[in-house]
Amino acid sequence: MPEPIPAQQDRRVTLSFMVAGFIFLVVIPLLNVLPAEESWLHLSNFRLNQFGKFLAFAILALGLDLIWGYCGVLSLGQGVFFGLGAYCMGMYLALQIGSESVYGSELPDFMVWTQVKELPLFWYPFKSFWGGFLGALLVPMLFALVFGFLSFRSRIKGVYFAILTQALAFAAWLVFNRNETRLGGTNGLTDFKQLLDFRLSDPSTQRGLYIATVLALGAAYLLCRYIVASRAGNVLVAIRDSESRVTFSGYTPWRYKLFVFIVAAGLAGLAGMLYVPQVGIITPAQIGVLPSLEVVIWVAVGGRGTLIGAIVGAVAVNYGRSVLTNYFPEAWPFILGGLFVIVVTLFPDGLVGMLRKVRERLKTTPATPVSKAEEGGTAA
Amino acid sequence: MTDGDRILTCEHVIVDYDGFKALNNCNFSVHYNELRVVIGPNGAGKTTLLDVICGKTPPTSGTIRFGDGINLVGKNAEDITKLGVGRKFQAPSIYSNLSVWQNLDLSVKRASKGVVPTLVGKSTPVERDRISEVLETIGLTAHAPDRAGSLSHGQKQWLEIGMVILQEPALLLVDEPVAGMSDKETEQTGQLLLRLAEQQAIVVIEHDMDFVRQIANIVTVLAEGTVICEGTVEHVQADEHVREIYLGRAKVAH
Repeated sequence: MPEPIPAQQDRRVTLSFMVAGFIFLVVIPLLNVLPAEESWLHLSNFRLNQFGKFLAFAILALGLDLIWGYCGVLSLGQGVFFGLGAYCMGMYLALQIGSESVYGSELPDFMVWTQVKELPLFWYPFKSFWGGFLGALLVPMLFALVFGFLSFRSRIKGVYFAILTQALAFAAWLVFNRNETRLGGTNGLTDFKQLLDFRLSDPSTQRGLYIATVLALGAAYLLCRYIVASRAGNVLVAIRDSESRVTFSGYTPWRYKLFVFIVAAGLAGLAGMLYVPQVGIITPAQIGVLPSLEVVIWVAVGGRGTLIGAIVGAVAVNYGRSVLTNYFPEAWPFILGGLFVIVVTLFPDGLVGMLRKVRERLKTTPATPVSKAEEGGTAA
Repeated sequence: MTDGDRILTCEHVIVDYDGFKALNNCNFSVHYNELRVVIGPNGAGKTTLLDVICGKTPPTSGTIRFGDGINLVGKNAEDITKLGVGRKFQAPSIYSNLSVWQNLDLSVKRASKGVVPTLVGKSTPVERDRISEVLETIGLTAHAPDRAGSLSHGQKQWLEIGMVILQEPALLLVDEPVAGMSDKETEQTGQLLLRLAEQQAIVVIEHDMDFVRQIANIVTVLAEGTVICEGTVEHVQADEHVREIYLGRAKVAH
């Protein structure tokens, strides 16, 4: 008997992936370049840049979805890994400012006003782009390796792990806020001028960054899809469903958790690295407890346990924020909190789960068992 | 019989929970290709006995020899599983959000269950045949693509037995397989276990005396953490001591 593989569904996903790639890589940048600025078809530089930022967040959400949606391990500290990636790239960008800085010093401005005379040693690798690039990926992954090893190895799980990661987010926020950390304190790193040889203020540079983000998101999606479709992906779901059974089938669950935690940290670092040049600033406010919690909301709203759900959730919630904060700036935290409560209680499978249910209702043919198994599920 | 015939020998096993001895100097052994049923009143230590064998609970003292005399005490659950001890839990312990096929596929005995081999590995034709075979044995062939969570209680129990069989254990530990099953399902489970006993040694914990009569050759009676009687069903039921502490108290059918 052949292994049941939902081939038809597989083909449909591949097709959707190609279509999405075409829209994001070709259509959207062209809408920015071709139509005249007055045209209703024109996508402004601001909108394109904003969209690029949302897509960077989607990469961050994919990582959380892997570890939480699939493996059932809730991490409330993804903002830390995002921040590590963002700061690594930020340090490179800060050193690129050079003599264009306000004080005309080769050192970043904040060092001048905090009386730092020489570049601290740990800043040296970030003089080169590759230092920033590799650092943004490897520093979060290395940190996740150490932190994950210590906690998963000691069998810290469930709510205890969630609390521990939240404490980590708070601790990171405190550390990055200190001037002694030599990372700009509360003000963070900003006022960037150029990346490699490209001026960041130039719209074409921002367009390039947008395209880089789309490509990175596509690569991240394919990586996650490969993991999820592999037998290891099944082990992740199995850990969520019945960890003891996994142990008694000869697997070592903590190694799988550690693996997926490191992958999620790498994706968070990648997201942070793409965020910084597009937004132009990174401060401790973007890496603490609240930003880490927001990622959880994106994934919950989109639909955890489905990769597309993480992407949809990240883009939808952030777009909602940009629209709603225009009208009700004060109310946004309440809207966000309310949204979370509604989704968790009424739509545990998120937007994607809801759409699937609607589609299944519309179809007259009864749902095939395979599509049900594909759906992932609600159990945490 | 000589020691050489024994797949499992527990000697002087004690599990002490802050003064409460769940197992109290328990001596228990099982031969190759034997189907052994363990009965006993609630709290007798039946499940604890399986827990110490499979590495879920470390014993306070004692030795547990398996196969060629490997001491299982001090080994972790994954290693004991790899040595060839399979455990079926009391409540169905399956992966609800995976298909029946995927549940079985994860359970197949493989050289390595590390992250990297699992990430790149594809199932071989031999493995697929083996899974199909087991699906047939447990009667779930038609349900292969179904989400395991959608199975009935009895089917979940069989699925988990199937998962354990695929690990190719030399010793299979089964905890109350027919609890909550219909009469027909119970009967089928009995036949399944009898068939499996031709391949490997099995230890079954059970309460249902009709079921015990259906499958048991030798029955071990456990009470207050220690073995009080061992023999055929008739022998055990005739035993005064057993009647007094077990049948009398639990009011199970004679």
